[in-house]
Amino acid sequence: MTSPHIEFQNVSTRYGSKDILKNVSFTVGRNEIFGIIGPANSGKTTMLKSINRTLEFIGGATRTGTITINGEDTRQMDPNALRRRIGMVFPLPVGLPMTVWENVAYAPRRMGINNKEELNEIVERCLRQSVLWDEVKDRLDLLGTRLSGGQQQRLTLARALSLSPEILCLDEFSIAIDPVTTMRIEDVLKELRKTMTIILVTNLTQQARRLADRTMFFWRGEVIELDKTDVIFSDKPADKRTFDYVNGVFG
Amino acid sequence: MPENTPVKRRKFQFFDFIEKPMELFIRICGWSSIIGIATIFVFIFKEAGPMVPRLDWVEFFTSSRWIPNPAPGNPASYGALALIVGTFGTTFIALIIAVPVGLGAAVYIGEFATGKVKETLKVVIELLAAIPSIVWGFIGLMVLGPLVKSIFTAAPGSAWSKIMVTLQLASADGGTTQGTNLLTGGIILALMSVPVIVSLSEDALRAVPDNFREASLALGANTWETVRRVLFPAARNGLLAACLLGMGRAIGETMAVLLATGHSNRIPEALTDPVRTMTATIAAEMGECVQGDDHYRVLFILGIVLFVITCAVNVAGDLIIKGVKKANKA
Repeated sequence: MTSPHIEFQNVSTRYGSKDILKNVSFTVGRNEIFGIIGPANSGKTTMLKSINRTLEFIGGATRTGTITINGEDTRQMDPNALRRRIGMVFPLPVGLPMTVWENVAYAPRRMGINNKEELNEIVERCLRQSVLWDEVKDRLDLLGTRLSGGQQQRLTLARALSLSPEILCLDEFSIAIDPVTTMRIEDVLKELRKTMTIILVTNLTQQARRLADRTMFFWRGEVIELDKTDVIFSDKPADKRTFDYVNGVFG
Repeated sequence: MPENTPVKRRKFQFFDFIEKPMELFIRICGWSSIIGIATIFVFIFKEAGPMVPRLDWVEFFTSSRWIPNPAPGNPASYGALALIVGTFGTTFIALIIAVPVGLGAAVYIGEFATGKVKETLKVVIELLAAIPSIVWGFIGLMVLGPLVKSIFTAAPGSAWSKIMVTLQLASADGGTTQGTNLLTGGIILALMSVPVIVSLSEDALRAVPDNFREASLALGANTWETVRRVLFPAARNGLLAACLLGMGRAIGETMAVLLATGHSNRIPEALTDPVRTMTATIAAEMGECVQGDDHYRVLFILGIVLFVITCAVNVAGDLIIKGVKKANKA
């Protein structure tokens, strides 16, 4: 592992009286692609939401423990500034009710970038990185909500990249995207890791296998196993449940 | 494991009998609004009809001589310009106040307020909508009127008076002697429209999926930027509908404006001149006219004008919404 970038220290979250994350601790290294696999309802999305503090919008959600980025406690940071450092893609594609161009330029404009040329460059770069450029380059003034599901998902990815974040969290980013395009995006991710740390939550275990340096198996709010991806997907992971899950004989 | 066998219907069911009558009943419910509006339409046109060819329409729309009770040397005359101006004036002032306040309150309740504050505000605003219009009129007459009067009245010739007259806030000939006037009526109408605008706008904002908020906030935008850039565009149609319904309430209101505007048939020259609206005129004069005479029928023509204005507002709203949609498709 490279030097630590994100650290979870004894993080627990609850929705009301329901425990979601149970005393979770792990470290994500800088410029690492960090895979997280595990069955539905294990708290993977909650984990991402606690990194960028959007968990705070959910009524009744509480969190204990410490999450640090570059050693700095996220609780001490301005939440908006924190969120600008973290690109987030959730499984449900969300085209904001504005044009494709405005969708991608949304965050940079909020940062005060008003130069049209500069914004055009950002929009093109991000749309190329999310493999959407060729499909929308002639209709950037189309409403983002009118794109197809897979296109909107890539639009969400482009938006997440628009501030060149230091951390990119991808939560099932490819469920609505066809396999060929997914492979192309995966190639882009391999490029992007030079400049950012990528957390990849996926139900496609093979995707984690292809991309991740290290993979964490996460189940019922607990870290079952965290190791090099080769080890997790080998015949001899440390925990039998990991082996069962990866090989589809789980439960 | 048990096999999936087709499920057979075991007995004759109640709904088999009443399906047809039920469908008919629901159909009637659906059409009842159209039946209602058609009946109203037929009725007011029937009552106004005989006067339509006889009315001097030019005078009706361009003169303020409203003399429904002719006297020797003072022939009957139906110039409704001042009434139309009165209706539009009070509505305009009401909207200038009510739209920003209403939208602001809706955004505050929907996006910023939490817990007890939010619940309390919602209840209070519903309560505000439940106050009868006559009570609003009374408040305009007894509370707001004197207040407006004390603020805008000044000794003639004083500096304050000159400022007022220059800004057309008060007219030079003592329009401020009345507390009930255009401004008072407009404020009362605004207070009456605000609850409508707030509750409908809040519904429209709540209908925006949380995904949108989350997506915007996750990009580091603050709440206000999210409201301005994401929620307003997403809820645009609902917000517009809220404002139009608030406007409808202001145009159609009768009792409150009757008490709060001064009911004086003239074109206002300043903000604090008394005015009279079409609705208040109908309410005040319908009781004293003879059924079937010219005066009676002209009051129905005023009703038609109101009807047309409300229809025009609604159609305009529809067109705006459609126009917005079309622009987005491009």
